[in-house]
Amino acid sequence: MQQDKDFIVRFAGEGGQGMVTAADSLAQSAAQVGYFIQTYSTFPSQIVGGPTWAQIRISNKPVLSSGDQLDALIAFNREAYDTHADAVRDGGVIIYNSEEFELEDDGRSFGMRFDELGKSTGNPRAANMVVLGAIAHLVSWPQQYLNDFVVRRFTRGRPNDEEIIKANIEALGLGRDGAATTSFDLGELPSIEKPDWDQVLVNGNQAIALGAMAAGVDTFVGYPISPATTILVFMEQNLTGEDKFVYQASSEIESINAIAGAGFAGKKAMTSTAGPGLSLMSEGVGMAWMMEIPLVIVDVQRGGPATGLPTKTEQSDFQIALHPAHGDASLPVIAPGTVEECFTAGAVSLNWAERYQGPVILLSEHMLSERSQNIPTPDVAGVVDERRQVYRGDNGYLRYESSTLSPMPVPGGPGSYVANASEHDPMGDTTHRPDRHIHMTERRFSKLALLNDGTYEEELANEPIVIMPWGGSKGPAREAYDELLAQGIQYGWYYTMYLHPLPDALLASLKQKELVIVPELNYLGQFASYLRSLGVRAEAITQYSGLPFGVRDLIVRIPELAASMKQGVVKS
Amino acid sequence: MTTKNPEYDFAWCPGCGDFGVRRAIEWAVERRMDTLGEVIENTVVVAGIGCSGNMVHLLEGPQPFGIHGIHGRTLPMAFGIKGSRPDLNVLIAAGDGDFLSIGGEHIAPQAQRNLNVTAVIMDNGVYGLTKGQSSPTTALEVITPTTPYGKMEGALNPLDLYLTLGATYVASGISSKPRDLANLIYDAMNHSGFSMVHVQSPCTTYNDTFEALKGNPRKGIQPLAWNVPDDHDTSDKAAAVELVRSYGVPVGLLYQDPDSVALDERYAQIMSKQRTRTAQDLVDSFAFAVQ
Repeated sequence: MQQDKDFIVRFAGEGGQGMVTAADSLAQSAAQVGYFIQTYSTFPSQIVGGPTWAQIRISNKPVLSSGDQLDALIAFNREAYDTHADAVRDGGVIIYNSEEFELEDDGRSFGMRFDELGKSTGNPRAANMVVLGAIAHLVSWPQQYLNDFVVRRFTRGRPNDEEIIKANIEALGLGRDGAATTSFDLGELPSIEKPDWDQVLVNGNQAIALGAMAAGVDTFVGYPISPATTILVFMEQNLTGEDKFVYQASSEIESINAIAGAGFAGKKAMTSTAGPGLSLMSEGVGMAWMMEIPLVIVDVQRGGPATGLPTKTEQSDFQIALHPAHGDASLPVIAPGTVEECFTAGAVSLNWAERYQGPVILLSEHMLSERSQNIPTPDVAGVVDERRQVYRGDNGYLRYESSTLSPMPVPGGPGSYVANASEHDPMGDTTHRPDRHIHMTERRFSKLALLNDGTYEEELANEPIVIMPWGGSKGPAREAYDELLAQGIQYGWYYTMYLHPLPDALLASLKQKELVIVPELNYLGQFASYLRSLGVRAEAITQYSGLPFGVRDLIVRIPELAASMKQGVVKS
Repeated sequence: MTTKNPEYDFAWCPGCGDFGVRRAIEWAVERRMDTLGEVIENTVVVAGIGCSGNMVHLLEGPQPFGIHGIHGRTLPMAFGIKGSRPDLNVLIAAGDGDFLSIGGEHIAPQAQRNLNVTAVIMDNGVYGLTKGQSSPTTALEVITPTTPYGKMEGALNPLDLYLTLGATYVASGISSKPRDLANLIYDAMNHSGFSMVHVQSPCTTYNDTFEALKGNPRKGIQPLAWNVPDDHDTSDKAAAVELVRSYGVPVGLLYQDPDSVALDERYAQIMSKQRTRTAQDLVDSFAFAVQ
């Protein structure tokens, strides 16, 4: 089924052997001739070495997930072969590095001497090109596609460009010829129609940063942490210009308080982190909620708790994103599920923060941060740069008098007040009065109603049982949903990236359902639990392996859960 | 923000050193407004937690913007304010517990960056608001509720710490001399760089050091506080270190780096050479043409 429309290849080996470069090269050459591509890579938390793999999926249709049934596996060493051979579909092919190990002939594997062939071209780094040449043969990929890619990629204005291009093209040929001596064949890649829209090739973190830029982010302060670091690096390189400020902080505690300072001072401010950093930020987030300061925290989730799995994926920060601080506080949470949505989330999160004058959490995850995808060029001109209501009256203003949102004074302008982390009276002075605490608590929560413009997806709305994934599990869940539909098994489909507050109409629909099935990557079933607290009959399908959902697992588990719950309903 | 707010029920104890510090801050800010013609709304006072943190609510007269933040984080907040708004005058008001204990980790980075803010630290050698526990500047062997058998660690020397960490303006004041203190704070705000004004501000309830600081000849008590000698070279860091390690509390300007370049100056200089990239430019940089 899958192989009719797309091609999935995984490169696995030791970090530093060029897996990621190989996947990226194949991805770019495919994207350049018009295919939809998606890459995903995972690696251990160390500078070099360790078991690493990178995967690419090439399709003539938009790609929903990285895919879990491999058409081809490139094993750079024995461990990689042992780990990944089971993921190869029936009829798939394994190419292994026969300088590292040998296999008995099993009818689906063949060895090549990647390094030796690569080095014979005079370029010691051409082993990747040998591999790509071999893959090109297996899928009857026109040699010209790869040659063109090599010319573009290595024309860098350096004196040895020509030499490297020549060696790489030679290496491609050696790989292709090597594979041609075997009888393996994966058929032809599906034909493509050239897309009639402009495209960009970005990963999730880049898309978040671009979205934030489009919405006019002014200040960015962050601390390096996997898998969020690339957002900080992007901002350090690109957030230039008058009135902009970007800086690497000395800790996440400094980051959150610094952006709170910037938000207080009138700026659109953002930081990025992962779970451990969000834990450190806890008190500062509560302060921003209390003081009513706009700011955005991007949490690119990884496996937890504590240091957890820094370079693996998980969706286990939902509860801390919703309730990051002690006391009565409940933050807006936007969790994008695709690279395209990352762009939108980067922009909307900043606008939401400005609109309701408070902190917003953008909840991304490792699987999105490491996923590169070609997407239609985001519409920068269409992004609104929404700014807070600024107070422009006379001095003597009572900033916190109203029972809901009120214009915010900005230093340098009129209306000086105290932004107070203690409970406060209308002018911002500390108070202990019960009526004030009631008034201010209700004021803070009332502002969430301003964030009621979240959108959502709804299909087969009359079905009593529906699937509602969140975040990066959207892709695998959607693929499973489509596959089940094709098998005649029908459920409703609901999805939103606006997890809190949920769009009113969405929540109303969900409450009508017999069962809402939530596939999510955590042990507790955090989002399902939240839905139940809102009066929705939700049950989670959980996975906590550090890996994304496999479509073939979901195809089994979704109907299983639906059936078991139906029995439960009958019994009661 | 003023003592006229009937709802605000916090009060310092009679005789608290912080009253003197408040006067000094008010004078310094007023003088700054007069000389620079700057509106008071251009000043942000960032306060921490503790008795000293209430400074921001108790300033009298025209009001600056204020922050009464969480415990120990005055410097990170000031960093965000000054970083994103170099046009603002940012003044920190915190105590020894807030600034040197829970907030101690933030001094080194801001000193190294030479963040262009002024920190006025009110040191009473005790946690007053929580009723008398030991602080980083409480002396060795002193008995407090949390050191019932005597404090087991020595007192931190904050002036030595600031000099070592790279503060480019370090002054020492005393709350009972608010005019002199106002001059130090005024000069500190005019200094381009990270300026520290450390003030002995005794707690009359839990750690009354007025007499120890001023001395009492009739009781044979030698004063702990003494004026920085007139011939002290304030551009000589080694000489300043020698003074603060010698005895008691030297009072006056100890060190001012004549070559100080503040973070906001350096930032503006470096970034002015960078090309401004619009969001559209950046999106386009990821574009690829389909062949």
